[in-house]
Amino acid sequence: MDKIWVIMRKEWSEVFKNRFVLFTVAFLPLILVALPLIMLYFTGSSGGDLSGLSGTDMPTRFAELCGGMTESECGQYFLVSQFMLLFMLMPLAIPVTIASYSIVGEKTTHTLEPVLATPVTTLELLAGKALAAAVPGVTVTWIGFVIFEVGAHLIATSPVVLARLTEPLWLLAIFLIGPLLAIASVSVAVMVSSRAHDPRVAEQLSMLVILPLLAVFFGQIAGLFLINEKLIMWMAVALVIIDAGLFAFAIQLFQRETILTRWK
Amino acid sequence: MIQTENLTKRFGDILAVDDLTLELEAGEVFGFLGPNGAGKTTTIRMLTALISPTSGGATVLGWKIGQEDGQIRRRVGILTESPGLYEGLSAERNLAFFARLYEVEDIAQQVERYLRMLGLWDRRAESAGTFSKGMRQKLAIARALLHEPQALFLDEPTSALDPEAAHMVREFIASLKHEGRTIFLCTHNLDEADRLCDRIAVFNTRLLALDTPTALRRQLYERTMVFHLRQVDPRFVERVRSLPFVRTVRSMDDKLLVAVDDPEDNNPTIVRSLVEAGAEIQFVGELRRSLEDIYLKLIKDNEEVGSGNGDRSSG
Repeated sequence: MDKIWVIMRKEWSEVFKNRFVLFTVAFLPLILVALPLIMLYFTGSSGGDLSGLSGTDMPTRFAELCGGMTESECGQYFLVSQFMLLFMLMPLAIPVTIASYSIVGEKTTHTLEPVLATPVTTLELLAGKALAAAVPGVTVTWIGFVIFEVGAHLIATSPVVLARLTEPLWLLAIFLIGPLLAIASVSVAVMVSSRAHDPRVAEQLSMLVILPLLAVFFGQIAGLFLINEKLIMWMAVALVIIDAGLFAFAIQLFQRETILTRWK
Repeated sequence: MIQTENLTKRFGDILAVDDLTLELEAGEVFGFLGPNGAGKTTTIRMLTALISPTSGGATVLGWKIGQEDGQIRRRVGILTESPGLYEGLSAERNLAFFARLYEVEDIAQQVERYLRMLGLWDRRAESAGTFSKGMRQKLAIARALLHEPQALFLDEPTSALDPEAAHMVREFIASLKHEGRTIFLCTHNLDEADRLCDRIAVFNTRLLALDTPTALRRQLYERTMVFHLRQVDPRFVERVRSLPFVRTVRSMDDKLLVAVDDPEDNNPTIVRSLVEAGAEIQFVGELRRSLEDIYLKLIKDNEEVGSGNGDRSSG
């Protein structure tokens, strides 16, 4: 555990000296916090006249979640609900930049061989690198969510909508699914990073990890399914299994000899 | 201390290391010479438990490679071909990071010790990226020593350094020899190997020669004595040539070059013969073959044998 922490601290010391990486870590949360707040502000100040949404644009299944709400409140909640998935996108996308560079980057700067010559195990090395990428992603997501909640309380006019934003569905999505998605994301990125020969290729390939979540996002908008507490719990169970499998697979794919002798 | 037995490494069809059998003593500085692609780095990587052999085996400090790799990594130090430093981190943080991975007990003390020893203490807070090549190499050497390894593997420690930095690094390696560490030194610098190494292996995929520098000279070249005379006369040449232990004699300027068996015993007889023939001897010395001569001869012979056999090998 000590060595994992040592690797994490070293990664952070290096990574956060890079302004571009800092920008990528900070930019996405800023946008994804600002957008729903702006939407809440405008839908709240327009007198809540969103009744048109419930009849035509809003998936009929979403109405299941609108118990006790007026039509316009339901419309407002529907719009803001789409951002729950974007909050889940943050811990998935933000760590990719850091994690995808983690192995291939060290190889290109010739720092990997001295590290591999130490008694550090593959598990410690990959766990250190994966957590060094996942923790900032999860942290900024949580900070972003807290800012969103505070902002929503200051902006939103409907106490019913406000109450929904702190329901277990949202809290589970942000505080349980978020970290699990981050672990899946960094596991894939570290895996790609230990097989790719170029940091840019590693980042591009690793970004593909967000596709399943985007499918869920568009699926909900299209009304194919509804994200409720039950689905979130099933997602959590599935992600625990997927995370364990992905990380074990990442360790298997990390071939010291291949990395040292075949990469140029 | 370090033993290899028929150590072999293949990368697909490419034979990188062929049937290497060696034994290094504790406290020995062992030179490992060979051309680019000879398999030197591959050998170091196998002995430092970074990659595994295709066949054969080795024990390093009593631990078997491929079976007890963690133990080996804990106890050996390696200076890789490229310094491989974290350029955004300070010299001190670079060392502290590796000290933690090596489970060094008193990290601050060890980091300070080696930064001072290598003259980097005053620049400890500066990023490694701002260092000159020589300073980077010194920092990488410090990193290899932090955990006080009993065996140290140095892969081209002075390559790409300017003469002054190379001299400093060489002096430092010489000082390590006095600490009793076993040093496995891969180098292209034959003069460096000659000065630092107790024994030298000339290697080109397979072991071509292994001995002390002096013994290698003797094995490959007959010993040649140089007699500096006030004036050379053909009579002197004939007189010396008639001696039974003399192999060849040739004159050059005011010198006689005499290839002779066992010069320690036979030189007095040669000197006496020359004086009796009327020669005035100014001084006597031995023609010393450079390690470069030996190296080039071995590599050339090997290439001729290799091309004759149609070998396909690389490192």
